[in-house]
Amino acid sequence: MERTEPLAGPRASRPAQAHEAGLEARGPARFPLEVRDLSTTLFTRRGEMKAVDGLSLAVGAGETVALVGESGCGKSLSALSIMRLLPEPPARIVGGMVKLNGRDIVAVSEEAMLDIRGKEIGMIFQDPLSSLNPVATVEKQIAEVLTTHTDLGRGQARARAHELLELVGMPDAGRRLDAYPHQLSGGMCQRVVIAMAIACSPSVLIADEPTTALDVTVQAQVLALLKKLQADAGMAMIFITHDLGVVAETAERVVVMYAGRKVEEAPVDDLFESPLHPYTAGLIGATPIPGAARAARLADIPGMVPPLNALPQGCAFAPRCPRVMERCRREKPNLTQPAPGRLVACFAAEKG
Amino acid sequence: MSLLALHDVHVRFNTAAGIVHAVNGVSLELAVGETLGLVGESGCGKSTLGKAIMKLVPIAGGEIVVDGVDIAPLGRDRLAEMRRKVQMIFQDPYGSLNPRSTVGRSVAQPLVIAGWKPDATNRRVETLLGWVGLPSDARQRYPHEFSGGQRQRIGIARALALNPKLIICDEPVSALDVSVRAQVINLLEDLKSQFGVSYLFISHDLSVVEHIADRVAVMYLGTLVEVGGRDQIWRHPQHPYTKALLAAAPIADPKAARARQRSVLQGELPSPIDPPAGCPFQSRCPIAQDRCRLDRPVLRPVAGGAQAACHFI
Repeated sequence: MERTEPLAGPRASRPAQAHEAGLEARGPARFPLEVRDLSTTLFTRRGEMKAVDGLSLAVGAGETVALVGESGCGKSLSALSIMRLLPEPPARIVGGMVKLNGRDIVAVSEEAMLDIRGKEIGMIFQDPLSSLNPVATVEKQIAEVLTTHTDLGRGQARARAHELLELVGMPDAGRRLDAYPHQLSGGMCQRVVIAMAIACSPSVLIADEPTTALDVTVQAQVLALLKKLQADAGMAMIFITHDLGVVAETAERVVVMYAGRKVEEAPVDDLFESPLHPYTAGLIGATPIPGAARAARLADIPGMVPPLNALPQGCAFAPRCPRVMERCRREKPNLTQPAPGRLVACFAAEKG
Repeated sequence: MSLLALHDVHVRFNTAAGIVHAVNGVSLELAVGETLGLVGESGCGKSTLGKAIMKLVPIAGGEIVVDGVDIAPLGRDRLAEMRRKVQMIFQDPYGSLNPRSTVGRSVAQPLVIAGWKPDATNRRVETLLGWVGLPSDARQRYPHEFSGGQRQRIGIARALALNPKLIICDEPVSALDVSVRAQVINLLEDLKSQFGVSYLFISHDLSVVEHIADRVAVMYLGTLVEVGGRDQIWRHPQHPYTKALLAAAPIADPKAARARQRSVLQGELPSPIDPPAGCPFQSRCPIAQDRCRLDRPVLRPVAGGAQAACHFI
């Protein structure tokens, strides 16, 4: 197969063609977010770097797709590209399509994006403190989202802000309305950010390492909260993380990225049970599982992620790959579909 | 004899808001050749305890016995010998390396301070860089030329320079990517079997500690709530906090993750300024009773060979 389309949503086992044919007929609600061939390049003095290279994915309503990879693999820049929040310069979207509720937003004006962000698509970042305004109260920040995107008055916005804080499980919500971010713990700040992100019931939520800065018990609280909010509202969620434990706990489908490209996509159980790409297998082997029989050594992947301005000519993973072949050093493998619901970009996996 | 024995160690910091009881009466032993994991959430005092053992923070009370010598009362001038026996590696290797000093100089520094001759120092640096898997041209280069994983290797080489008996590892792999993290963990284990060095491995990442540690100590709000063998802690945790911590840790196995009963611990760590009377965990504990608000439980032997600090086990 020359070019592979993003897989279907929650029932990913249906063939890709069927999904493609049926997409328009089913209307936009089933795939609130569809990304096709998205490419983002960094234009720097040291040359052009393909930070995101032809990424395609679709997220169904109520579905969570995890975007996994190590630092520099392009997962955060993918999210910023989708949100049109790229630092420009040096980054710029150079191709592809981002369909949000059926409408391509890659080329819409910044003014239109201001209306879309927060209303149709929400985002949660890793560091909650830096995504909040340090000199505005919690109430003011949540109310601003509401008054920008809805016709609620100030009093109504305050009441709704209170409701939202209750909804995200803020302890002592009424009193926290008048608090400033520095008076709250990291976990509470992240709850405020989540309240702002879901204030206008967006159909798509992008969460970029939302629990990485949090302690493990607070992480469990926030993950449970996100899953509950998502289930209640039927949001499509992209969950970006480097932590395979968090992937296993939250995602239905997983997209693995390496050096700007999608190298594997699979339903979560299949991915952990039988990873097809050697990089995915390496990541899983390198992650200790508590309670499992203790392996003498972790399976490590030699070397490290190559810098984007020095990518090898063929497969970017070839220099670290245990299954590397001659061909891998010359040619970049394209995504193929070895089984229903699964995609992989690897010559060795193609051979089986 | 234990390599390291802590008896009722206290560390307090005076801040504008009040006295922070960072470490509040910790007693713990570490045997020769052992890896002891120290786990807990941020603010529980685990890093401060590591620094206290290095005498990098003032000690308000208790004994810190390293190889038979109580170092708590010793002054700066008498710590050199202890520092030879105990070394530390940090979470952020970049922050612990002098950016204007070549890697060779950084690794050689402990040797120079210990009075090694230039020839011997050179040979030793060469050997150390080889042990941690760095290329031999690394010594002329500067820290910024290296990746996070390589910088951590530099920190490990420097820690090993004087053949320490104990290395305190403070979140050594938390800033590293998954594949590189596994490399560094494997390196630490190789060095342990090669040189018989012991580790106090401080981490918030339970799955890493479970992989590397022989025994595990769980810390909460400046005190130890449970100490036990690795398997005991993971299979039969006794203290309600240990149970909650394990229940909260994500498992990189979707089927196991779905199958387990999950009760999410509510609330967050209380402030270490004016910690509550009684049990430090009472405010979040699912089984707390009146007694817990008055009496502070102490570590005592419980089922399975562990020690736990709870009235109701």
